[in-house]
Amino acid sequence: MVRLLLLAVVAVLAIAAPFYFYSVTLMTVMCFVIFACSFNLLLGYTGLLCFGHAMFFGGGAYITGQILKATPISTELAILGGGAAAGLLGLVIGYLTMRRQGIQFAMITLAFSQFIYFIFLQAPFTGGEDGMQAIPRNDLFGFVDITSNSTLYYVVLAITALCVFVYYRVVHSPYGEVLKAVRDNQPRVESLGFDPEKIKLVAFIISASMAGVAGGMKAVVYQFATLTDASWPISGEVILMTLLGGLGTLVGPVFGAAGIILLNDYLAGFGEWALVSQGVILLVVIVFFRRGIVGELSALVRYLRRRNRTEAPAAQPAAATSGH
Amino acid sequence: MATSAAVLSRTETARDADNVLVAKGLTKEFAGFAAVKDVNLAVRRGSIHALIGPNGAGKTTCFNLLTKTLAPTRGSIVFDGEDISRLRTSEVARRGMVRSFQISATFPHLTARENVRVALQSKYGTAYHFWRSLRAVAPLNARADELLEQVGLAGSRDVTAAELSYGKKRALEIATTLALEPRVMLLDEPTAGMGHEDVGPITELIKQAAVGRTVLLVEHNLSVVSTLCDRITVLQHGEVLAEGNYAEVSKNPAVVTAYMGGVDE
Repeated sequence: MVRLLLLAVVAVLAIAAPFYFYSVTLMTVMCFVIFACSFNLLLGYTGLLCFGHAMFFGGGAYITGQILKATPISTELAILGGGAAAGLLGLVIGYLTMRRQGIQFAMITLAFSQFIYFIFLQAPFTGGEDGMQAIPRNDLFGFVDITSNSTLYYVVLAITALCVFVYYRVVHSPYGEVLKAVRDNQPRVESLGFDPEKIKLVAFIISASMAGVAGGMKAVVYQFATLTDASWPISGEVILMTLLGGLGTLVGPVFGAAGIILLNDYLAGFGEWALVSQGVILLVVIVFFRRGIVGELSALVRYLRRRNRTEAPAAQPAAATSGH
Repeated sequence: MATSAAVLSRTETARDADNVLVAKGLTKEFAGFAAVKDVNLAVRRGSIHALIGPNGAGKTTCFNLLTKTLAPTRGSIVFDGEDISRLRTSEVARRGMVRSFQISATFPHLTARENVRVALQSKYGTAYHFWRSLRAVAPLNARADELLEQVGLAGSRDVTAAELSYGKKRALEIATTLALEPRVMLLDEPTAGMGHEDVGPITELIKQAAVGRTVLLVEHNLSVVSTLCDRITVLQHGEVLAEGNYAEVSKNPAVVTAYMGGVDE
């Protein structure tokens, strides 16, 4: 009940937001919310640190952009195409890397993402250093005009809601339960008759597709896709967002993504100081808030509840005596 | 002459049918060093069989070979008439032989019930259903709770495994293993690192769980071995030193020497 009410409040706020804030910033936040959720699915729920997640984000952006430029296909299908392409890339790279664990996996995914980055740099369709310019916003479903940002905002909102729902569903599914078990103790899962590599590969593909959708959406919002989207600083940023929000917490990535994007936006005028502040935040999170914003908050709530529970029986006899 | 040969082979097959797990000429070499040398082992169906020996005797290596965690350099392992020498742990598990671990093997962030439910999903076939809600595995809850009750964890159903005491974690591990209804359970030092007060209950639990199954365990605690096990294989320097029940093995002079004096590590 409380949860439904909370959901309704969030929905109302999200619908009203563009009347108070710049819609492009809000849409950027939503793209990164999806991206960070996809990353959290891997690091938080599978225990895989992918150090090259930008290849899926950038890949999704380029493929969506190319579909929109070269064909009259409607925007939502183009974004889906970006997600599918990223998922396919995830299948190939996941298949090649899934036997590796920990730091080895992180380094190999970083290497692959650099490899993909140079392909995007050299491929003629991406526009190389200049990026892919003037991506059109084809009509939604073939007939709804979305050239204005205020209309597009609601499309982006709907896609984000859908993606967050998919993410929620995966985490709270029979598969999600097995996935968390793999994260907690892989050898044990194998001894119970599962194939943990295949289970992790499925998560990797889902995560890559979601990252692709996020990238595709960003390409539609900005109407261009650049090498930055596929570069390693973006991979680093998504790690920061996830850690800041709270690793392995459901809504952590939402707060983390919003926090980092809004901060970058706010500090944009100070140039390099945006990077310095990111560094400081990362340090503070690692030293003081290991569980991230959402993680620390839910730990606090748990602590308060437990204290109430232990205090309640102690308070009762006192109340009984005062009643006499 | 011919008849006696036939009789011999018949008793031979009869004996093999009695043994659920048979290892022949099992050898594992690490860079030239043979940790396990030509071990022959037969575990009788329905028995509780212990693998003991001084430190460095090759118990754990032998155990890991049987559970398919390691691949043997030479030799064969036959489980219930099927050669499993080349299979993986997960494949052997699906055939009904499930191992436990020395360090407690629970899923710390999942509740006790979820721990057991993960194992139940192995046969239920929902492990890849990422598009369904948890209602899809709700039918497994009754069985999970039953297993938790069986190991005395009914009250800890919704507690995360990380918060359970060491003894309770081990009990949860047994419940999780039982969820697969294994014909053979392989237990790696089930009482290792346990306080005195926990050893008794866990021994009792193993005895209970062993009803209708076969158990092979590696164990240091000889009093546990003596109360629990029907048959004991003693390893030393990677080779079988003696085999028999506790009374036989404990009187064996070679075993006494190996345990009491001059074991070179």
